[in-house]
Amino acid sequence: MPPKNFELLPKAGAEGDFLEVAMGPQHPSTHGVFRMDVVLDGERVVKLKPVFGYLHRNHEKIAENTTYLGSMPYTDRLDYFCSMTNNWAYALSIEKLAGLAVPERAEYIRVITGELTRLLNHSCLIGFLLQDMGALGTPVMYAFREREKILDLFESLSGSRMMCNYMRFGGCRCDLPAGWIEEAKQVADNFPRFLDEFEKLLCENEILMARTQGVGVLPKELAINAGVTGPMLRASGVNYDIRKVDKYGIYDRFQFRVPLGDHGDTYDRFMIRVLEMHESAKILQQALKDIPSGPIIDPKAKLRGFRPKAGEAYGRIEAPKGELGFYVISDGSPNPYRYRVRPPSLINLTILEDMCLGNMVADVVVILGSVDIVLGEVDR
Amino acid sequence: MLGEGIIKGMVETAKNFVGSYVDDERLTTVQYPEERIPPKEAARNFPFLVFDGDDPMAGLRCVACLICEKECPPQCIYIVKDTAKKPDHTGKMQFQPKVFDIDISVCMSCQICVEVCPFEAIKMDTEFELSNTDRFGGLLFDKHKLAKSNEHYRKIHPTEAAEVDARLAAEKAKAEAKAKADAEAKTKAVAAKSAPAPLTA
Repeated sequence: MPPKNFELLPKAGAEGDFLEVAMGPQHPSTHGVFRMDVVLDGERVVKLKPVFGYLHRNHEKIAENTTYLGSMPYTDRLDYFCSMTNNWAYALSIEKLAGLAVPERAEYIRVITGELTRLLNHSCLIGFLLQDMGALGTPVMYAFREREKILDLFESLSGSRMMCNYMRFGGCRCDLPAGWIEEAKQVADNFPRFLDEFEKLLCENEILMARTQGVGVLPKELAINAGVTGPMLRASGVNYDIRKVDKYGIYDRFQFRVPLGDHGDTYDRFMIRVLEMHESAKILQQALKDIPSGPIIDPKAKLRGFRPKAGEAYGRIEAPKGELGFYVISDGSPNPYRYRVRPPSLINLTILEDMCLGNMVADVVVILGSVDIVLGEVDR
Repeated sequence: MLGEGIIKGMVETAKNFVGSYVDDERLTTVQYPEERIPPKEAARNFPFLVFDGDDPMAGLRCVACLICEKECPPQCIYIVKDTAKKPDHTGKMQFQPKVFDIDISVCMSCQICVEVCPFEAIKMDTEFELSNTDRFGGLLFDKHKLAKSNEHYRKIHPTEAAEVDARLAAEKAKAEAKAKADAEAKTKAVAAKSAPAPLTA
């Protein structure tokens, strides 16, 4: 019997040549509510259909039924590794909509928290990727050790470790506590040392190279046409980083490089993240050195009864996983008339089949790991 | 040489393993619940209602203005306003909440209720051990359970509480000065009215 979920199957020589396997949501590599319907010819993938599940809500509809400020804590839950950058992207779209200016100090705080989030996200992604590959424990423990230091900083700043809800329209919720900059400097200065250790541990490891080089190749043209963004796109050799292209916030003030890959395979996607962490640490050091004193929020910004004029805006940032954008239409009421999120995890997953075709079933897990997904973003 | 990368990685792991016995910066295990990491000053978990004075119910700062209920993103606050004003801990007549419940199984600890409250009446607690066996009523906290003293607030968030106290004291002083000035003006006006009219030639 041919698998029923697929309309177009490759020609089968005889009945029973293909095996349909549902990988996930219980499979440890699918990290939650995600499933891949895979059709296998022996161990080789001939078809793959990603099936997105429902996590716990519909973020966009909730946002249309709550106030502008009330949506901010929900953005934390979109990608629960990157709540600071999610806050930033949403705040940016509303600032465009309402014409709010962000004070200098708040811009620096946003860059610092955003780059700390990138370090946190990329180091954990590498840990999880290696875990998906079978390296049980060590890389993810090393990554979590560093993550703890960043989460401590977030906790003393925002009060919460993961669901920060820190940014506000026109700035930030509160100023940096005493001694925070010194602690952050210490983290930023020590991070390259951790990266060196990580690189020695992993980058030249023959098993890792054998499992990732030439696996899950994403050609440049295909990546562009699929709308893939972030480290995945740059691993395919496309020089597109919104921090450079759009220069939102104050990114034009910092010296940093955009690392690019050559082959677009899983190893390149892994290495791009390692190199990006080096660049993020550089940005952090510059921002922490130059941060000025002053107000942290636009005095025109209102908490209660915030009603931007009728209009529309799209705010986007280079989130750790790619382009995260919020498109908001206002009709002058306290709630957005239309609210739409452009989440990188969802868009990047749509190309999964093309990356997996022809690879072994064991490689599917590794390729999925290299996409870097958080299913809160995928749920809609 | 094939295998060189693996050996390098293993050396790194060995260094970490040995280092964890001598390096002070290593992650230590905390023997919870006997040992606890002191919470950060900004730490937040679930909201509580601040009261002044000795009587938690009379001293509640909340005047049931319903702003937090309207602004709460997951809609987990339920307030019923008392129809008549009642004396607070200073004897001043105030509106008070007849019912003030927070469903902590719904609350997402976002702190928006705290930010929008114009009366400094609701704050975030650091208490996190809230599990109980009653998963319905036990997780719906009423105003008696939510009421905590200003001393408790000062203890858990000292910097923030000092700022709030200073702001409230300044507002009180301003209101008293205004009331005094109004009273003086009123006395002067009464005196001027009751004074005999000047004699005209």
